[in-house]
Formats: sequence, C-alpha cells, structure tokens
Amino acid sequence: MSRLTVPKTYKLYVGGKFPRSESGRTYEVATPKGAFLANAAQASRKDARDAVVAARSAVGGWAGATGYNRGQVLYRIAELLEGRRAQFVDEIVQSEGVSATAAGAQVDAAIDVWVWYAGWADKYAQVAGNANPVAGPYFNISVPEPTGVVAIIAPQQATGASLLGLAAVVAPAILTGNTVVVVAHERAPLSAISLGEVLATSDVPGGVVNILTGSPAEIAPWLAAHADVNALDLAGAGDLEWVDLQIAAAETLTRVLQPEPGIPSPSLDRIGAFIEIKTVWHTKAMR
Amino acid sequence: MTLDHPVALAPADRAVQLLGGDLTEKALRLHLDGLSGVDAVGLEQRAAGLSTRSIKTSSKAWALDTIIRTCDLTSLEGADTPGTIRSLVAKAVTPDATDPETPRVAAVCVYGDMVPYAVEALGSLHAAGGESGIQVAAVATAFPSGRASLAIKLADTREAVAAGADEIDMVIDRGAFLAGSFAVVFDQIVAVKEACRRTDGTYAHLKVILETGELQTYDNVKRASWLAILAGADFIKTSTGKVSPAATLPVTLLMLEVIRDWHRLTGEKIGMKPAGGIRASKDAVRYLVTVAETVGEEWLTPQLWRFGASSLLNDVLLQRQKLRTGHYSGPDYVTVN
Repeated sequence: MSRLTVPKTYKLYVGGKFPRSESGRTYEVATPKGAFLANAAQASRKDARDAVVAARSAVGGWAGATGYNRGQVLYRIAELLEGRRAQFVDEIVQSEGVSATAAGAQVDAAIDVWVWYAGWADKYAQVAGNANPVAGPYFNISVPEPTGVVAIIAPQQATGASLLGLAAVVAPAILTGNTVVVVAHERAPLSAISLGEVLATSDVPGGVVNILTGSPAEIAPWLAAHADVNALDLAGAGDLEWVDLQIAAAETLTRVLQPEPGIPSPSLDRIGAFIEIKTVWHTKAMR
Repeated sequence: MTLDHPVALAPADRAVQLLGGDLTEKALRLHLDGLSGVDAVGLEQRAAGLSTRSIKTSSKAWALDTIIRTCDLTSLEGADTPGTIRSLVAKAVTPDATDPETPRVAAVCVYGDMVPYAVEALGSLHAAGGESGIQVAAVATAFPSGRASLAIKLADTREAVAAGADEIDMVIDRGAFLAGSFAVVFDQIVAVKEACRRTDGTYAHLKVILETGELQTYDNVKRASWLAILAGADFIKTSTGKVSPAATLPVTLLMLEVIRDWHRLTGEKIGMKPAGGIRASKDAVRYLVTVAETVGEEWLTPQLWRFGASSLLNDVLLQRQKLRTGHYSGPDYVTVN
C-alpha cells in the first residue's frame, strides 16, 4: 500500500514559539528550477512588530547572563546543528539546487561560525574593554555592553547563503547579549525555520532570536523605522533601497551596519558593530 | 461629577422604589433569586463575537483617545510613596509629553491615605467632582479583601472623603455574599454610601467593586450587580485587580446588560468600570465596542464608563504615537509608572 507524504508547515519563529503569520499569508517556496517545495509564512509588519516586542522582553535575561553562559548556549547550537546535519543538507540541496557536497560544506561552515563566535562570548569583554589610565585615586573602566534589539536582513545570495548567511549575521549579534529579529533568505527560507527549531531546543531563551520569513522589501522599512529597534544590520539589503532604510533608522538614532557583498566572514568587527562601550569610575579604596 | 439624572436618591431609595416600602431581607432575596439565570455559553459567544470587530484609522484614533479620557490611572501598591503618587498625577495630567493634544485621564485611583498627596499634586487641576480636570478616586472599606468590621470600613471611607476623594471604590463583602447574606452586603453598601456624604450634603461618587473573580458564577455576578445598584451604587466595578481572573469581557458584558435593564426600568444611568488585567489597547477597544453595542455610545463618557488600569495607558500611548508618526514606537518613548 502506498502512503502519502506528510509535508512540514514552515512557520515563523517568534518569542520561542512557531506562529503563523498574523496576516494569514503564505508564499510558495520553490526549487531554482521552479518545482514546488513548501509553503512558508509571509510575515507582515505586525509580525515584525510582535517579533520586536518578543526581542525586547528577552534582552534583560539574555544580556544579564554571563558571557560564559552565552558561549555555552552558542556552542550548544553548533552541537545540535551537527546532529541534524542530514536534514539541513537535504533542505539546502532542494532549495538552492546545489550538490550534496556543496550543501554539506555550507552546513559545516555554519557550524564552524557558531563555534567560532561561541568561543568569543566570554573573551570579547577582555579585548574590547579596558582599564583606562587616569591621574587620580580611582579606577576608570570601559566595558562593552549589548546595544539591545538588532534587526537583521539576512544575506540573500542565490547559493551558499540560506543557512550560512543566517548564522554569519545572527551569531555575532547575540553573543554579546543582543536579541535579534532577522528576516531570513526570501527564496530559500526553509533552513532558516529549521534553524529556529534547533534554537528552540538548544537552551536559547525564547525571544533572543526571532526569525521572519517573507519579503525583506516589505518588512525592512518597518523594522528600520521602529523606534524600539536599537540597531539595524543591512547585510542582505544590498538589493533594497537601503539608503532609505538608513535614513528611516536615523530618525530614532538606530545604529546601522551597511550592506556588504558576499556572506560576512567571522570577524571581531561584526561583534563590535552592536555593542556600546560603557565607561565607569570607581574609587580605589575606602579610607 | 454630575450624572445626567439628579443624584437626589438617598441610599437605598432605589430598593424602596422597586421593592416597596417595607424593605425586608426576604423581599430582597426574592428579587435577587428571582432574576433569570445567565446563559453562560451564549454570554461568552456574544462577547467573543464582539471581539472580532475590526476598528481602524479614524475610529481607532477616536477609540484610543476615548480610552485615555475614561481611564482611572491606578496605583494600588503597598510600596506607594508620596513621590510615586506625584509621578502618577504628573502622568495623569500629561500622559504623553511628546504630544500636547493627548487628552487627560479621568481620574487617579489611589489608596485612601494617599489621597492628600494626589489632591496636593493636582492643585488647580483637581476636578473635585466638577466637569473638567481630574478626579481623585480612593479605594476604601479594607480594600482589597473587605475583611474588616463595618466601623472600620466606614471610618476608612469617611477619612478618604474628608481628605478630598471625589470617588470611593468600595469592595463588597464577598464572604457574606457567598454565604447568602444579601442583606449584610446591602446594608454595608448603604452605610458606605452614607459615609460618602460630604459636610455640604453632597455625596462622593460610589463605585462598588464586586470582585467577580471570587463570585464563582455568572448568576452570582448578575445578582451582585443588582444588589449593588439597588443599594445605591453610582458605578459597578468588576474587580480589585488583586485577584485573578480580574475583568473579563463576558463579565463586563453581563454587568452592562444589568445596567441596560436598570436603565430601561427606571431611566437611570449607572456607570461601569472594568478593572484589572486590561493591558493592551486592542483589548480595551473590544470593551468600547461592547459598551456601544450593549448600552449605547452615550455611555462612553467619563461620567458613565471607566477603565481601571495602570499599564494600559502606556500601550495606548504607543499606539497613538504609531498613528501619529507612521512608525512603531517603543517603551523608551513613554514614561514609566
């Protein structure tokens, strides 16, 4: 007897849950050759708004965790990705139309990105922070602090970006204690939502990473102008009217990282893009 | 604050008019037990149906302003200080400093011993029962439990009125109500209403809190609503906000239906105040729809309708800012309270 396949419904990942779009809209995800793959939720501006609320409420707990703890959580994401390697390879092969070898290489690279950034979680403050020399009987200390809620447009390249691109922009933002709202790859969003399933089961508190699928052109302006978004990473917005996004973001003094060609490689600069340096002084001793 | 009808009715007059001159416990009980039962499924379906209305653009803007104008901005914490009351009043006077067009709230609602600080902070903006300005509402009668002797409840009320409270939010004795002693509850409301009398013979507005979360059934809510109205309530109020569930849409709908029935019977308009648990503008708009559909739009004035809320106001302000600027706002752009 033949049996029917049970296809997966790809939904959003917001606040640790997997809701459908508030608008009820979906769009068809197809292979590069045009064959139907799945229906994905098409996020609206209100989904973006809800995601920012979820991200904002997660900031306190996540930024308050120790760097060591955040590093462990990031490392755990890498572990779980490794465990579901076959699923991700399969999804990348289907949605990007690449060979299994290329897909496998992308999954490996994504895992390595998580591990690379995980290692920095409890070391970054030592590099970016400083005990400043002052001419007085007190300490003057600078420490990096997270910026807050970071909205990200994930890289949108035709191949090589659907999973690796997402990891390359999300990991550096969350490792210092930021929370993110990320708009996934528009044409190949399946591995992004599967990554959401990994995040949901890997000790990442709900709301720290929120993944929206749909049209970056539709959602990005709302995120850019949102007054409760503290920083905007336009990594994958090169094809959008990103100067307008930058202008909208400036209205509420949002930090902006401009688009870059290709998939961002792991770097301290990306971590440093979403931190604030807090400088405090303290007396050397009570007499 | 003046109602459309003259507030000439002394306490319990309503009961005398409805039930006859020899107001006995038996007559009261016969009336309350004789009320028709509530169709719980129908009530909840009706409330759910009213929640599906879509309120957009100019209607939404009107609704948001109405929510602010009918809001009792509330702070009922054990940790209230004169300073937190002053900042509460400042927020009531200027809800959104970025937009001077923002209407003021109807009242501030505080504990009785905080009334002097609220009155002082309001200064010339204190409505003191008048049409313009901000009223001071005080919770009284051993709020929130209501577990104290009548003498203490009355002293509590008199002190708040003497300190300048324009409105008294009293709690009913739920224990007595659930034990079936309707007369005890009735007499207490009558006595508290009498204690609301100022030296000049006018009365502070009396809101009677039923604490519907503790009344167990819709039938009880209906009986308690009738009881409170008969005893002289100017407003009936769902909850203290200290018990969960607090205000729900079905309970509010049911109480509004009692108010509607009373209006049809006597032509008299009783006010309604849902309190507790209403945090989102979206929910509050649903209450407005319910009011308009049940008793009519003329109830949507501060004289007849209030929201008891503390965190609702900020959410409404965020929505107003969104309508005004076209982009989403955030909690950094409203004051904390």
